[in-house]
Amino acid sequence: MLLLLFLLSVSVFLLFAILPGDPARLTCGKACTPAIIEANRHRLGLDKPPLTQYVEFVSGIFAGRTFSEDSPEPIKCDAPCLGYSFNRQEQVMSLIARSAPVTFFLAVGAFVIWMFFGLALGIIAALNRGRWGDRLIMGISLVGYSMPAFFLGLLLVFFVIIKWQFLPFPAYVAPWENPFQFFQTMLLPWILLATLYAAYYIRLTRNQVLEVLGDDYVRTARAKGLPERTVVVKHALRAGLTPIVTSAGLDLAGLLGGAIISENIFSLPGLGALAISSIIDSDLPLITGITILTAAIIIFANLVVDLLYAVVDPRVRVT
Amino acid sequence: MTATSEVPLSDMPIAGALDRPFLSVSDLSVAFPTEDGLVQAVEGVSLSIEKGKTLAIVGESGSGKSVTAQAIMGLVNRKSAKVSGEIWLDGQELLHLPQGEVQELMGMEIAMIFQDPMSSLHPFYRIGDQIVEAIRVHRPMGKAAARREVLEMLHHVGIPAAERRIDAYPHQLSGGMRQRVMIAMALINSPQLLIADEPTTALDVTVQAQILELIARLQGEFGTTVILITHDLGIVADVADDVAVMYGGRIVELASTTTLYDYPEMPYTLGLLSSVPRMDQKLPERLDPIRGNPPSPIRLPKGCVFQPRCDYWERVPGEACKTVRPELLESDPDHLVRCLLQVEERKQIARDVKQILAGGSE
Repeated sequence: MLLLLFLLSVSVFLLFAILPGDPARLTCGKACTPAIIEANRHRLGLDKPPLTQYVEFVSGIFAGRTFSEDSPEPIKCDAPCLGYSFNRQEQVMSLIARSAPVTFFLAVGAFVIWMFFGLALGIIAALNRGRWGDRLIMGISLVGYSMPAFFLGLLLVFFVIIKWQFLPFPAYVAPWENPFQFFQTMLLPWILLATLYAAYYIRLTRNQVLEVLGDDYVRTARAKGLPERTVVVKHALRAGLTPIVTSAGLDLAGLLGGAIISENIFSLPGLGALAISSIIDSDLPLITGITILTAAIIIFANLVVDLLYAVVDPRVRVT
Repeated sequence: MTATSEVPLSDMPIAGALDRPFLSVSDLSVAFPTEDGLVQAVEGVSLSIEKGKTLAIVGESGSGKSVTAQAIMGLVNRKSAKVSGEIWLDGQELLHLPQGEVQELMGMEIAMIFQDPMSSLHPFYRIGDQIVEAIRVHRPMGKAAARREVLEMLHHVGIPAAERRIDAYPHQLSGGMRQRVMIAMALINSPQLLIADEPTTALDVTVQAQILELIARLQGEFGTTVILITHDLGIVADVADDVAVMYGGRIVELASTTTLYDYPEMPYTLGLLSSVPRMDQKLPERLDPIRGNPPSPIRLPKGCVFQPRCDYWERVPGEACKTVRPELLESDPDHLVRCLLQVEERKQIARDVKQILAGGSE
């Protein structure tokens, strides 16, 4: 896992080193003169060889670092320092720290909703296979699955907020400041994300449960004379839902890295919105920081999922 | 063995159940509707077993032997399959019992051992817990007491270091051990009827004999009636009292084991017997397989289901084998055969075939 993180950070670094465009030029806009560009390049540390830049970057994460040490106003960046955005005159870390909670609430809230509906509807569909309940659920799931996020999002905004005015225009506040407004703002983004993912999880769950219901050990459980409820819940679901842990963990991790479309539609100041604007501004340090953080979350989630799997499935346990 | 009785079973008064054999199946049919058509898995199966005896049901894959067993067990899904006929166990008709009462019987009065012990045990639960569960569904008992009983049973089925193995997961045991666990689980409530569906097929040859011996030993101890489902005629001879040979969803020959081995009549049974190597006879130059493949259960032949693979159908005049479905008729007392050949003629064919087999080569 550490190796993965290392490879990842190197490749992100290399990628941006070979990309066209001079980050130093972008720091001053119209007021640029060659002298200012050169000075900024030095301030950014871009005049140093890439290897040195990389080493400074990594050591910054653990020990903190100082930019433009020889200038009259050195910029201190405390550990863990992911860089400094000269466009925004702010540390990358504090920019991320401001956006991350928004994304976190968005992702976790949506996760809870989609897991609940995805699993419940998937199980109901599987147990009613071929009957109208199954067909109805699968039909809804197909619609949800094929609906593009931006389209569904705009529909929600148009009808719920603009036309019917059930909810005010979204304006994010932290839940501890104004819980009511927080929920009002987050409700639609949650519904949007949850719909998209639940549609997929309904299918996943239904297939898993159907597959497991035909397994030999489920037949054994029936042959013991167990009530159908016990057969389904204790024997079939326990085995059938375990692989979904993997999928769910990774999907949640992916969302934690930013839900670009939803955040943009509902103007939530989350990581996804931050990433988009950093790309538009060519804010290299910020892009690097977000990329590495997002990737790190996914790698970490992979590890957590593997560990979780060992808890649920005794065959994976190391003995 | 009374497979055909003069009085139709449904007309018998309940008091007559006393005269009924311990288990009797009459005119059992199971069909599964599928998108390709109706799959007639079992048709018109009638058989019976006396208490404490062993009946082997022999046949190829798709012959309907497993479906017959599952129908007796109550494992055929009543919603998706069409089941008709009657199954009487110890004076009780099973097919028309409400689901709740069937569940009470399953695992308590009737238990089942399956082919592949690896996939038949739940991979996530300790084997001890799985057996404890089987006890506690049917008998109110504390966990500790149930566990003691499980431990005793594990000893009984010959699992060494049972104290340790009781907390093992299925994947930590060998195939033979797993099948012993399955047997322990099946017998834990001392069922009256044990259905063993290919209990040795997934096991090493060396372990097969041990498992069969174990079943036979426990059968003696508990007085259990056993239905042994298998495609392996070789293991039947030592274990079974009676043998039913199934083909295309039907019983084609039913007799006591000695009769079936010594005087087989149905050409399919002959074919099965001549494709089993025997130690007590000189080996023929090569084993004689039955040519062709089993029929599709969706499109069964119009006449005798075995006709397309039969070597002797031309001996029946008028190509009757292609148009007439033969009945299962008594050839000798307690020997039922489903074949259009004249009794004398098929007995002659059997003698000839056996002679060729005994002679080693043609």
